[in-house]
Amino acid sequence: MSIMGTRVVRVEDPVFLTRGATYTDDLTDERLTGALHLTLVRSPLAHARITAIDVEGAREAPGVVAVITGADLDLPPALLFPAANKAMVRPWLATDVVRFVGEPVAAVLTEERYQGPDAADLVAVDYDPLPAVIDLKAAASDEVLLFPEAGTNTALGFGVEDAFDETLFDGCDVVVTREIVNQRLAAAPLETRAAAAVWGDDGRVTIFCSSQNAHIARDEIAGWLGVEKDTVHVILPDVGGGFGAKIGADPEFALVAALAKRAGRPVRWSESRSENMTGMGQGRAQLQTVTIGGSRDGKVQAYRIDVLADAGAYPRLGTYLPAFTRMMAPGTYDIPKVESRARVLVTTTTSTVAYRGAGRPEATAAIERAMDLFAAEIGMDPAEVRKLNVIAPEKFPFVTQGGVEYDSGEYAKAIERAQEAAGYAELRAEQAARRERGDARQLGIGVSSYVEITGGGAFAEDAAVEVHPDGTVTVLTGTSPHGQGHATAWAMLASDHLGIPIEKITVKHGDTDLIPRGSGTMGSRSLQTGGVAVYQAAGELVELAKQRAADLLEANVDDLEVDKSNASIVVKGAPGSKSVTFAQLAEQEKLAVSTTFDSKKPTFPFGAHVAVVEVDVESGKVTVERIVTVDDAGPVVNPLLAEGQRHGGIAQGISQALLEEVVYDEDGNPLTATFADYGFPSAAELPSFELVDQATPTPINPLGAKGIGEAGTIGATPAVQSAVVDALSHLGVRHIDMPTTPLRVWEAIQAASKGAK
Amino acid sequence: MIPVAFDYERPDTVDAALALLAEHGEDATVLAGGHSLLPVMKLRLGAPELVIDIGRLADLNYIRVEGDEVAIGAGTRHRDLEASEVLATEVPLLPAVARTVGDPQVRHRGTIGGSLAHADPASDLPAAVLALNGTVVLRSARGERQVPITGFYTGVFSSVKEPDELIVEVRVPRTGAAGWAYEKFTRRSNDWAIVAVAVVDGRVGLVNMGPTPLRASATEAALAEGASIEDAAALADQATDPPADTAATREYRRHLARLLTKRALTTAAGV
Repeated sequence: MSIMGTRVVRVEDPVFLTRGATYTDDLTDERLTGALHLTLVRSPLAHARITAIDVEGAREAPGVVAVITGADLDLPPALLFPAANKAMVRPWLATDVVRFVGEPVAAVLTEERYQGPDAADLVAVDYDPLPAVIDLKAAASDEVLLFPEAGTNTALGFGVEDAFDETLFDGCDVVVTREIVNQRLAAAPLETRAAAAVWGDDGRVTIFCSSQNAHIARDEIAGWLGVEKDTVHVILPDVGGGFGAKIGADPEFALVAALAKRAGRPVRWSESRSENMTGMGQGRAQLQTVTIGGSRDGKVQAYRIDVLADAGAYPRLGTYLPAFTRMMAPGTYDIPKVESRARVLVTTTTSTVAYRGAGRPEATAAIERAMDLFAAEIGMDPAEVRKLNVIAPEKFPFVTQGGVEYDSGEYAKAIERAQEAAGYAELRAEQAARRERGDARQLGIGVSSYVEITGGGAFAEDAAVEVHPDGTVTVLTGTSPHGQGHATAWAMLASDHLGIPIEKITVKHGDTDLIPRGSGTMGSRSLQTGGVAVYQAAGELVELAKQRAADLLEANVDDLEVDKSNASIVVKGAPGSKSVTFAQLAEQEKLAVSTTFDSKKPTFPFGAHVAVVEVDVESGKVTVERIVTVDDAGPVVNPLLAEGQRHGGIAQGISQALLEEVVYDEDGNPLTATFADYGFPSAAELPSFELVDQATPTPINPLGAKGIGEAGTIGATPAVQSAVVDALSHLGVRHIDMPTTPLRVWEAIQAASKGAK
Repeated sequence: MIPVAFDYERPDTVDAALALLAEHGEDATVLAGGHSLLPVMKLRLGAPELVIDIGRLADLNYIRVEGDEVAIGAGTRHRDLEASEVLATEVPLLPAVARTVGDPQVRHRGTIGGSLAHADPASDLPAAVLALNGTVVLRSARGERQVPITGFYTGVFSSVKEPDELIVEVRVPRTGAAGWAYEKFTRRSNDWAIVAVAVVDGRVGLVNMGPTPLRASATEAALAEGASIEDAAALADQATDPPADTAATREYRRHLARLLTKRALTTAAGV
């Protein structure tokens, strides 16, 4: 029996659960002996001119080796996202103006870590406050500019140069338009950001850091430091969650490296949770205006989405994500006319980056809310409207209005299977009964249909597989885990070809000297690029082994096969005849293969979610009772890992719908900078998840696999939001922005009842 | 997340703790469970010069019946309130309230004395003790005094407790079979209450409806005069001054106070 598709328990967990992982801050690497500790002085104001920085008091504090300001650094400010407005550069330490609460202003290096905060408190910075820019419409007005030299707050525009088609909704019986907030979220990984850097006598710098992508981090840091890529060696220890916010490097990493060079000693940095909540890039943060039109019998004819997106103070990856939102705008639907545009604006807030789903949840939330609004307007069941409009299976590969080619899909089937598993008809009957009785606890049912893009951006990955004479195997991969379980899955992929048990297979990753190329883990790409490369490499290694075995076994290569029961090459159909193991072949000559897999194209996983919520209409409190999900990412290598990915994503999706939001006051002060204030979920807020399996293979790669990492945030978020609104639809409520907090739900009920009177 | 440097003492007796408090007064802070104090110190919102750790003073950890009252040592952990058979019979409101505090880790560390002393109007136990008409026993090197909880709180994070005083005991009447209920409204299970209402024996304590825990006096008076639960609960937000924050507006808190009072009174009435 093949190991593929089986529930292999994660090989990494015994260490994680006993000794614990080794995160960057845990490193006892001898290269870091005698390291100084970096503490950053951060701006308490959202927008201000720095008039003076006095570091004298701090310099005399115990243990202080150096206090450095931006004026002391010879690093030019960097354009963190190259396609953004060229004037929107970030200084490594602010010199003239600070643009968000948490922006680094000075760096303190101390012998011991505990000495840093005391010394940092002694750095006196005089600020002359400037007006904060928090609201996206205010940012778009350009009344207050973050970068006066840019002459605009627009960091980047997508499709903004063309006017909208005024005839788009001509011929529609019904047109509904609505402004929708897709709120700002904090990634909040349990391991906060950390980096350590040491320069060698060879002029190279080794940087240990917490990142999803060693090679991207290397290239970014090299660019920011103005050195060759080969000068930078990035090593990723264990990484405790990233959710997209650890893609590549953070500016602080380069600062750590620059300060290590300046000090002539290794430097370590590990941020506090408080720093993380303002310093780490955040996600989402879109203000969307959706318009949908169609016929009274339920056919959607036109859809438009107009996005204002928040880049935060200094444009980073978040600036690009509205491109994904546009790309996936029509979702699973076959809509004749689709228009979209996006304007990305700087505000005096923390920069935005990728966050689980990264542009696609925003697209799905928008179209799914639009479908519900349309369904409500024509009085049709939301699931029926969806099934009426999804792309038919025979139309794949399907090219959307935006020119995107969807590889494969069974969208209506996914909705139907989710409905069936949820007992949709019974739920609607229960809902009707509760409405009839006027219960305080009303039932809401939300349906979402989604398609997303995975494995986009970087299509190629390298892999190397070597069997050693002792029968063990080393796998080198350009992708790396921050919780996904690569060590288990990649070993399974190699084991499937070789018949060598996974206990003997070691997966190595996250070291740019050991593995020169790679793109890491993001955009649900790992399995379908890096995993396929490993699978391919193991397959090629089998071929190599057969060629070498042919002479030994005095047989034709074509007559040989792998006997997986003992990891050997045998002659087909000749049991008991001569055989040779991979290990024996490796004894004779190094048995190793390196390969590259290039998918050339992204894949488009899809699915449907049904959420069932109870809303206490007297208090506004929402409880998620059930979430039923059909997530189709093609054939599954390890259901345990895939389900784990679905679970995590669903939890975060529910949490966006109900709980989480990064909030700033009008002066730009973050009001949600601790876990007491930020609506981070716990298991107590979540029901058990009901997962329904479906596997439609993609033709793009030999495993047929698509990405599963972000399905949950894309599918669950709109299902839960829709369910909340659905529970109140009989009261006249049509929309509640996320998070649908008790306060918002109660206010929506109040507003609806006033409207009714 | 590293506090300002401080001195640390762990006295072996209550008297030794009181001596330290007498010597250091406002410069000292008492550490019991630490779940309020340590975050404040780590965020550098507070920087006591001396931390006096009373967490291991076993003679502050007891629950016993004394006449018409139950006496609870100030060092009694929330978890011990939750599990107390004495309280389950004599003052069933308290274990039920304790069970809603934070999460299991918090409840195994936090103490009733610490919760009352911290004087956070969003905390559960102060309003419960207020609804119980409890008494706070304060001791210092100068002597001991008993302060009714109704006169204990003076504002947000402040009470009549003097800097040299330590809460050593909390006394609550044995309410036995009298109707009780605790309605706590949170965003997440382990959050502080947006609003909560403790009802016992016709008295109503409100959490997070003003700078201190409050009694819904108008509701209590209406009930005493025979008003219906519905009508009495509609008065629950009278004379309150609720805060506004990201979780709730003042108006929403007033609504919740009325709603939760109605629900708590209904539960307490056993109907």
